[in-house]
Amino acid sequence: MPELDEHSPVLQLNRFDHLRHFLSIDGLSRQHLTDILDTAETFIEVGTRSIKKVPLLRGKTVANLFFEASTRTRTTFELAAKRLSADVLNINISTSATSKGESLSDMLQNLEAMAVDMFVVRHAQSGAPHFIAESVTPRVSVINAGDGRHAHPTQAMLDMLTIRQHKGQFKGLTVAIVGDILHSRVARSQIRALNVLGAKEVRVIAPDTLLPVDVESFGVTVFNDMAQGLDGVDVVIMLRLQKERMEGALLPSESEFFRLYGLSEKKLKLAKPDAIVMHPGPINRGVEIDSAVADGPQSVILNEVTNGIAVRMAVLSMAMSGQIADLAADEEVL
Amino acid sequence: MSSRLLLKGGRIVSPGSMCGQVVDVAVADGKVLSIGSVPAGFTPDTEIDAAGHWISAGFIDLSHTLRQPGLEHKATISSEVLAAARGGFTTLCTPPSTSPVNDSAAVTNLIYDQALEAAQVKVLPIGAMTKGLQGEQLSEMFALRQAGCIAVTNMRRPFRNNQVLKRCLEYACSQDIRAFVCPQDAALAKEGCAHDGAMASKLGLVGIPAIAEVLSVAQWLILAEETEAQVHFSQISCARSVSMISEAKSRGLKVTADVAIANLMHTDAVIAGYNPMYHVEPPLRSEADRKALLEGVNEGVIDAICSNHEPHESAAKQAPFAETAAGMSQAELLWSQMVGLIQTGQLRQDAAIRALTVGPAAVLNIESGSLESGAVADLVVLDPDTRWTVSEDSLLSRGKNTPWIGKSVQGRALYTILDGTIVYSAEGSF
Repeated sequence: MPELDEHSPVLQLNRFDHLRHFLSIDGLSRQHLTDILDTAETFIEVGTRSIKKVPLLRGKTVANLFFEASTRTRTTFELAAKRLSADVLNINISTSATSKGESLSDMLQNLEAMAVDMFVVRHAQSGAPHFIAESVTPRVSVINAGDGRHAHPTQAMLDMLTIRQHKGQFKGLTVAIVGDILHSRVARSQIRALNVLGAKEVRVIAPDTLLPVDVESFGVTVFNDMAQGLDGVDVVIMLRLQKERMEGALLPSESEFFRLYGLSEKKLKLAKPDAIVMHPGPINRGVEIDSAVADGPQSVILNEVTNGIAVRMAVLSMAMSGQIADLAADEEVL
Repeated sequence: MSSRLLLKGGRIVSPGSMCGQVVDVAVADGKVLSIGSVPAGFTPDTEIDAAGHWISAGFIDLSHTLRQPGLEHKATISSEVLAAARGGFTTLCTPPSTSPVNDSAAVTNLIYDQALEAAQVKVLPIGAMTKGLQGEQLSEMFALRQAGCIAVTNMRRPFRNNQVLKRCLEYACSQDIRAFVCPQDAALAKEGCAHDGAMASKLGLVGIPAIAEVLSVAQWLILAEETEAQVHFSQISCARSVSMISEAKSRGLKVTADVAIANLMHTDAVIAGYNPMYHVEPPLRSEADRKALLEGVNEGVIDAICSNHEPHESAAKQAPFAETAAGMSQAELLWSQMVGLIQTGQLRQDAAIRALTVGPAAVLNIESGSLESGAVADLVVLDPDTRWTVSEDSLLSRGKNTPWIGKSVQGRALYTILDGTIVYSAEGSF
């Protein structure tokens, strides 16, 4: 009996090794990530024009399927698609079919029948975009806009773009990610991206109750102590702390969390003087970060939002051309 | 009607005096008439050429879900007993997770009658330990035993508190009915769908830590010692459970254990692509756990290997990993997987056969599982060599939920014989 060959398929790449879905940072090379960053740079300029549009996705339909509430991610995906001249369909899942008992598969088939070209998916279950990418026809690309605790690859890439803009390169950088790593899809994608892009050291700073089992296997150094963890870092990434974490006995209180792991001006002094402060948002002021730091000179938080549109434009256009190239090659074979 | 059968020239692989010999086996009146020299004047109605094949006592399965009553959209007793016979099983225990739950003689009788009518395999229902498996009120264990339940279990459902749990065990013991226990601490396993290790962390899946099982095993072992009750651990999955049960056995405790074939075959590495076919309970754990489980079978610490057959309709697996129903369709694939483990030297052949025959028979305290003259003729003729490709159409089970679809496997049951009657023959079915 042969061993079952169940290695994660390179589902998100087409036959030419280009993106056709964007599901996670896993399985992508430094070159893939650098291509995304370089493409995003070219789109930043589009946002500064008086007519903020390019025709790359003209005639294409992008459906935003948000099974979980989101304002910023959904809005920036919508803006990104519109700036690429796509038609955008926003589907509010809480009032739509799945709440009437229609299965996810049935719903996707219906959307496919409407000739939607791309699904931008946010879902509370880890692996949901993966499941969708496996079940759709070759005429649909799937972009992960955040799945469970698993991945939020566009967020990670906009953070990488922000870091590159401020630090020039990843080589030699020490990056600390602080807070609720356990539940964070953003942290998982950031850690992977930083390691692929060649950062010197990625640190996670949190109490053990907020760290995943075997987190060291992600390629990180673990710190329970904020002062030690922040010592000499180039980048500090703060994560959002959900209020419900107090209920499952993961933390005693917001105030104790802030005392130990909140970023104040005093603690920030432990990092390098030119360290930048990032946060994927939305910010809980006074829970994970002091207002003075969030709005201070080292904060690049609003920068991240602007970069979010450019990165999403890059990913949407790259996955679409990956899909088109694959379909064209299919026709040649026939 | 049982007939007179002659199995010619097969190798006996079941434990017993003739184990390892290539001999003829004569069957008459539902019993094994002879092993070795055929009595003078014996004229069989049917002759089976078993040359190059193995002859074993029929397999006994300690956990085999049939889905009826109530879950007929997944499978039915009539579909699943055919699959079981094809898998080489002659006796199977079916857990109480029916709808309604098998916590009454009425449900037990219903299962019994349906199975009897199908006459493909002996079905021994396992009753619920508490009413509705709710973990609060004792079920009528005496009535369940009278109706034919071989054991009681609360599956992986929690007990309200340790008082209820202890009383369940004491009452079962006093009614002389075996307690089957699926060790798992409900709070530690809450919302989990995979082994809590590096893979689940990476995939962002909520994990079920090994400690959820190990703590529960420790608790049951102490209770078993305290109450002197017999406890059978169903489907253990952790290395530490094996060592704790081994230690308890060496101290003379009346405990036994089984392992599901999936936990012997796979580790959590296979869930890397979120394939929901690998969503099972207990979860697929680490390679160290898998190795310890294999070792446990080889050394006899683990008494039985069960299929943990759980057929599902296709929609049950069409969702993101955590939202899919747990379980694999295993009835017809257990033997092929065992052949794989034997051929790669991971499982000793004698230990493997014991864990499918005399091992589970001893757990159930039934007269079955051995291959001797005079024994009930529940037999299986096994072909350890032929390769076949698994396809949805090739499975008799209604459950097509297996990762083996499209893959080539080796080994199959050729004939399954129940009380001296051929209930399954592979001829023409491939």
